[in-house]
Amino acid sequence: MSLVQNFPFFSIIIAMFSGILSSVLDGKKARNLSVAAILVTTGLSVAVLGFCLDTGESYTYMMGHFPAPWGNEIRAGVLEGLTAVLFGLVMFFSVIGGMSHTAADVKESKQNLFYIMIDLMLSSLLALIYTNDLFTAYVFVEINTIAGCGLIMIRQVGRSLSSAIRYMIMSQLGSGLFLIGLSLLYDVTGHLLMSPAGEAVRAIEAAGSYEVPMLVIMAVISVGLAIKSGLYPFHYWIPDTYGYATPTASAILSGLVSKGYIFLLIKIFYRVLGRENVIASQMVNVLFVFGLAGMMMGSVHAILEKDTRRMIAYSSVAQIGYIYMGIGLGTQAGMVAAVFHMFTHSATKALLFISAVGLYEVSGDKKDFRSLQGAGYRNPLAGIGFAVGSLSMVGFPMLAGFISKLLFATSALQSPHKMLPTVIALAVSTILNAVYFLRLMITLYSIPESGEKKHDAGSTNEPHPYSGAEKEEAAGQPGAPVKSCRRFKLAVASFILLNLVLGLYSQPIVAAIGNGLAMFD
Amino acid sequence: MEAPLLVNMEETVSVILFGVGFTMLMLHRNLIKKIMGMNIMDTAVYLFLAVKGYIKGRMVPIVTDGIQDVSAYINPVPSGLVLTGIVVSVSTTALMLALTIRLYERYGSLDLDEILMRAKEEERI
Amino acid sequence: MSRQRDDYEKSWWKRFKGWVDGEWDPLASGMEIRVPGSKPEERVTAAPKYLTEAGTPEEGSPAKGAAVGSESPKDPHPSLYDGRGIRYFRRFYQIMSVLLCLSIIFVLLWTVSYLPVFGNAGNPDNNEVSARYIERGLQETGAVNIVTGMILDYRAFDTFGESCVLFIASCCVLVLLRIDVEVKDGQSESGLKKRLAEANDRIYEPKNDIILQKCAGVLVPLILVFGIYIVLNGHLSPGGGFSGGAVLGSGLILYLNAFGFGKTERFFTEKVYRRVTLSALTFYCLAKSYSFFTGANHLESGIPLGTPGAILSSGLILPLNICVGLVVACTMYAFYTLFRKGGM
Repeated sequence: MSLVQNFPFFSIIIAMFSGILSSVLDGKKARNLSVAAILVTTGLSVAVLGFCLDTGESYTYMMGHFPAPWGNEIRAGVLEGLTAVLFGLVMFFSVIGGMSHTAADVKESKQNLFYIMIDLMLSSLLALIYTNDLFTAYVFVEINTIAGCGLIMIRQVGRSLSSAIRYMIMSQLGSGLFLIGLSLLYDVTGHLLMSPAGEAVRAIEAAGSYEVPMLVIMAVISVGLAIKSGLYPFHYWIPDTYGYATPTASAILSGLVSKGYIFLLIKIFYRVLGRENVIASQMVNVLFVFGLAGMMMGSVHAILEKDTRRMIAYSSVAQIGYIYMGIGLGTQAGMVAAVFHMFTHSATKALLFISAVGLYEVSGDKKDFRSLQGAGYRNPLAGIGFAVGSLSMVGFPMLAGFISKLLFATSALQSPHKMLPTVIALAVSTILNAVYFLRLMITLYSIPESGEKKHDAGSTNEPHPYSGAEKEEAAGQPGAPVKSCRRFKLAVASFILLNLVLGLYSQPIVAAIGNGLAMFD
Repeated sequence: MEAPLLVNMEETVSVILFGVGFTMLMLHRNLIKKIMGMNIMDTAVYLFLAVKGYIKGRMVPIVTDGIQDVSAYINPVPSGLVLTGIVVSVSTTALMLALTIRLYERYGSLDLDEILMRAKEEERI
Repeated sequence: MSRQRDDYEKSWWKRFKGWVDGEWDPLASGMEIRVPGSKPEERVTAAPKYLTEAGTPEEGSPAKGAAVGSESPKDPHPSLYDGRGIRYFRRFYQIMSVLLCLSIIFVLLWTVSYLPVFGNAGNPDNNEVSARYIERGLQETGAVNIVTGMILDYRAFDTFGESCVLFIASCCVLVLLRIDVEVKDGQSESGLKKRLAEANDRIYEPKNDIILQKCAGVLVPLILVFGIYIVLNGHLSPGGGFSGGAVLGSGLILYLNAFGFGKTERFFTEKVYRRVTLSALTFYCLAKSYSFFTGANHLESGIPLGTPGAILSSGLILPLNICVGLVVACTMYAFYTLFRKGGM
């Protein structure tokens, strides 16, 4: 066994250990440790990806001295490696980009706790990506949930506390369903590791026994993970959660946490329940319908919203809908599109949240999107970043979002029954996306003076202590954020680059996803 | 349908408890009762798992008198899972109670709807 | 009929219905939670807190004060639960929740009726996995208690994750409840808050209750010894790090309740808590990493398993149990102190 094969395990342990170590460090050291841990794990993931591309197959790694049905196990392949690399990059740039805000939002004495959450979040995401054991997945889902809750409420203002408890409640509902699904699955198969459980499921299907329990297991596990990832009818916690957390936390939560659960769901579909069974059980159709509903309703809510960050959060609901729609198509191409869109969304949404913060900084930190008038001139890079993110979400060519929409459309053509609703939904949703994202962009690049009156007229019902003009002037001056500028610029530029890479060099990435999915089961 | 439900009485009870706990967690307005519901739900799953490990007429899985025969002991796996699960539920319960304390301090209410309303009100001011 | 209607007011059904409607709470008189709003002065003290944090106390507080004054003291939730529409909505909500509950239960019962029979040795979960744990667990892990051998050796990664769940939960509770004294501006608000919390705690703290202290004096050593026994014997008898740690933690909490923070702070401060947790988790992490690494690369771990049944046996399981026990005991105690007064 070559050394590279140890790297998935190393990356999980390094992330976790840096979290444990941070509990005795002060804020700054914990921050540096956390940044270093993210970089190291990303490097290790790159090595794993290279190794798997080289050998062209996935491998399993025993966690302990005992082989598959007895001991824990992790498994790495091309798709796992690719996801780990991308998650690591997104996490790194989110932490870097929001660093100055983290320092401002979080109390000094509690900074190290924030970075503990980040470290453990990273390790749990990596564990969800690599694990080959259902119960390990449950434990790390819980770590992920609690770390997510910690990231939300660490900015201790009222709305973030109340959104944290809503988040916890929804997540616990999801975890409860997932856990009972696991228990039922264990009851009928007798295995907790994914691969042996998958074999047992195939044997059960062949024998035709336990039809009803299998159906309920599929439904319960899918619904549980769908609740946790915020699929449409269960999305009520999303806007508050993403809208009131500190920027790094919003970027990580929207970009990575929900994707971790979706990745786990895809893995369970392929490896345990069997894709054919899931398709035969109509479960995919349920996900498809909810995905379509999410695409529409998320965008409609976003259009009605005034607060920029909540608008972006509602757009997340729509994008999660896209991913579930891709899964729901039930074809290999649909799954590839869903996974690609997962990547697109995590890169783009993190970019939007981070650059929105840069725009807020120069516009006096008001919630209303109309206060951002002309902010694109005051902070050019953030403006460009936001524009790139918005265009990517709308599906502008050359950017990542275009490729994923293209993939969705082409994969829809392959499934005759779902072609029409998918294409219509894609078209309508794109238009709706365009409505609110272009509205935001026009606001960003309209001239402030003429916008001033409109802004004041629009917000008469919101009493604010200063007049708009004073605020704008005060914010226009180079103030506190200058110190953090370089890091922020680096993060935004890298996110833009990531988007362009996903958009322009999509061919090898799509090939790798297809390749990875083929070696998934 | 009746006969298997009576035979699997323990499972029946545990899924009924699960349903009750799930609904309480989802729909009750009082945060403390929500947390109780969460605990009922988790405990129901542990009951389910513990029942699944049981085999009639066998001992606990601790090697006694050097007997290492499969037919002597019950299945040890569900017991281990319950142990792991309990710790997870203790952690989440502590976290949710702490959040509840903070919300009560701040808004003087345990009613989630009211807390959300007050939070919105507070933001408007 | 008429007889029933006569004592309907006192009937069980009426009380049950009242409880369902939220008008009456059987626990209300027994709990210390005061219904907010029933005492207007309490609300006044609560209201400015978030108003000042919002930044505009001058604008907000008179309006808020007026609102508080106009509320009728009888209605516990005046702002939310008036109006016919909301009442209908609540009725609808209740019916829907009962229906949802019944439908979930029905689906799961439908599933249960197809599941394998209870207590049958031929069920699918009694397969080669549990067979190997039972038949070869003693030789492979050295633990007499098969469950401990399973969770700390065969499936140790889960258990490591589980200790991390505990760790991160305690971090989150620290974030929420710990009151920090900020040194930079001397008499800061949080310093005041901390002293208030401590003063508040003194009210509820039993002041040298002689009965409690004598009982605790007898019980605490027994509880601690019993906890240590459970931890150390985790691989031989029922128990292990988690249960033993919980017993230890409860012993510490009893000691604290009897003798107060002054006595416990002599040996258990936040610094001690952090160091113990850090070293226990670090040891756990390093030991398990070593064993995972050697296991996956097919190397001998070189850790002797000892004679099964002896206290010093079963390789890493005993030290790991001690580590887990320490973490759990410290976390339980930390939870208690944080909930009580926001610090150790």
